[in-house]
Amino acid sequence: MRSWRAAAPGAAVALAGAAVFPLALGSTYVTSVAMQVEILMCLALGLNFVVGYAGMLDLGFAAFFAIGSYTSGLLAVDAHWPVLATLPVAVAASLLGAVFIGTPTLRLRSDYLAVVTLGFGEIIQNIVNNLNQTGGPEGIYGIPPLSVGPLTITSTTGYYYVFFVLVVLFVAVSYRARRSRLGRAWLAIREDEDTAYAMGIKVRRYKLYAYMAGSVLGAVTGTFYGSAFVAIAPPSFGFNESLLVVMAVSMGGMGSIWGALLGAGAVVAFPEVFRQFAQARLLVFGVALVLVMVLRPQGIWPEEGLRLGRLKQSARRATRQLTHWASARLGAR
Amino acid sequence: MNALLAAEGLSLHFGGVAALSDVTLEVPEGSLLAVIGPNGAGKTSFFNCLTGYYRPNRGSVRFAGRDITRLPPDQVAALGIRRTFQNVRLFPRLTSRENVLAGAHLRATSNLVAMLLGTPALRRQERLLAEEAEHWLAYVGLAGRGDVLAADLPYGMRKRLEMARALIAHPRLLLLDEPAAGVSSVEREELADVVRRTWESGVTVVMIEHDVELVMRLASTVAVLDRGRLLVQGPPEPVRQDPRVIEAYLGRRQR
Repeated sequence: MRSWRAAAPGAAVALAGAAVFPLALGSTYVTSVAMQVEILMCLALGLNFVVGYAGMLDLGFAAFFAIGSYTSGLLAVDAHWPVLATLPVAVAASLLGAVFIGTPTLRLRSDYLAVVTLGFGEIIQNIVNNLNQTGGPEGIYGIPPLSVGPLTITSTTGYYYVFFVLVVLFVAVSYRARRSRLGRAWLAIREDEDTAYAMGIKVRRYKLYAYMAGSVLGAVTGTFYGSAFVAIAPPSFGFNESLLVVMAVSMGGMGSIWGALLGAGAVVAFPEVFRQFAQARLLVFGVALVLVMVLRPQGIWPEEGLRLGRLKQSARRATRQLTHWASARLGAR
Repeated sequence: MNALLAAEGLSLHFGGVAALSDVTLEVPEGSLLAVIGPNGAGKTSFFNCLTGYYRPNRGSVRFAGRDITRLPPDQVAALGIRRTFQNVRLFPRLTSRENVLAGAHLRATSNLVAMLLGTPALRRQERLLAEEAEHWLAYVGLAGRGDVLAADLPYGMRKRLEMARALIAHPRLLLLDEPAAGVSSVEREELADVVRRTWESGVTVVMIEHDVELVMRLASTVAVLDRGRLLVQGPPEPVRQDPRVIEAYLGRRQR
């Protein structure tokens, strides 16, 4: 991240603020929204490997979230495993899914890959919705809370901190990955796949690695998700959810860690903030999304850094186009 | 002298169009071969066959004695062959430094655990690579521009960056597709200087080029392609004066 050093003091303040705010504010509603933001941040950081770094469009990321949640939930409820113990199994299951689906399909061109990943998401959701073992449409309930040593976490604030740790961890992993040989190979593939071959990069293999990395983060998030909400059900793992993650990453800025965080914040926060519009809430959300993509197509905080100059430029251009369009219409009368 | 690269009977056609017809040529190790010919002669197609982007319909390509005809581009690269592209294919949203480092992919080792933990050994490798990237940026005259996005570089610098990206891989064979095309005369001299220095350091170079003066100055041997066929291969001066070559470029004089 080029802007890392410049952002460091701001990041430190934000981090400190985020660390204390649930205790300071004391509102369960705000804390629970914040926790949802964190969960989406985790998912967005996972998808960021696939979409942001490797440049592959994945419309079924919720599948890994589901595999992680259900694997962990089933082991915890039916086999009475402690939640932490279910983690490696959940991750392994997700990795298996990634390799199984990824190996034959990652060679596909972007639009076809998007459709296949969408299909994978649908398949997983349908499986858990129809299997008795996974509780069918009602899902799994009674998932035990997370226990870390002597501590058992049962409150929203507690899970706020659990996901807080997860976000920090995922950010660290993303940061490391981007500045490594692995990250550079991914970025090369994203920027120009054919030329990446000429660097000696085994493109197919690295695409699979990105998909696998995403699946791990999705599964880990899913594992803790079950404990936080006690119950999980198929509707939480559908195309809409996959789309929210894609929105978070693309609105935030593809490939950018800050962008994934801010994008997740925006995607969760906008509908909440727009609650005052009642019925029109989602409409306003849609308009806000469109505005962001028109005025700031590179995302809120793109990889190349927060270039605010372009924002003014695009605002000016958009206003000019709108004025021309309007005067043409009015003039035609 | 040993032939580092040998193409034999290379033929490539797209439907009815013969891009290459029975091209046989050898590149001696340590030489600088210029491949010239009118537009559409098949020069870039030739490069694409050499590097695994196209699969020839007939014929073979041998590198250091080994048949590489059917190898995919990443395996060709792994043997020590690097290329630049006619239309300069950089990684636009990456910085100059990151572009050069991408070229060093095969020079580094990869270990997932080490990467996650940030082990000292890995840090050291990264630091050494970063230093080398700086060295190659300076070598092509881009010192201090490591943080500029490739997309923001002017054309001449982009051509040079592409070379730095190829050179950091320490290739045995370097294929340059029109390295001096479309640049100012000053830029052309700088690029020519980079090519010359690279060749003098022991890299075998094959260069597609239109600039006759450049070719005369740099090349140790010249091959002429016309409409997919090899017309002649030999030392620069005789080739330049060969009537078949002149005819290919200028057409037969109407009497």
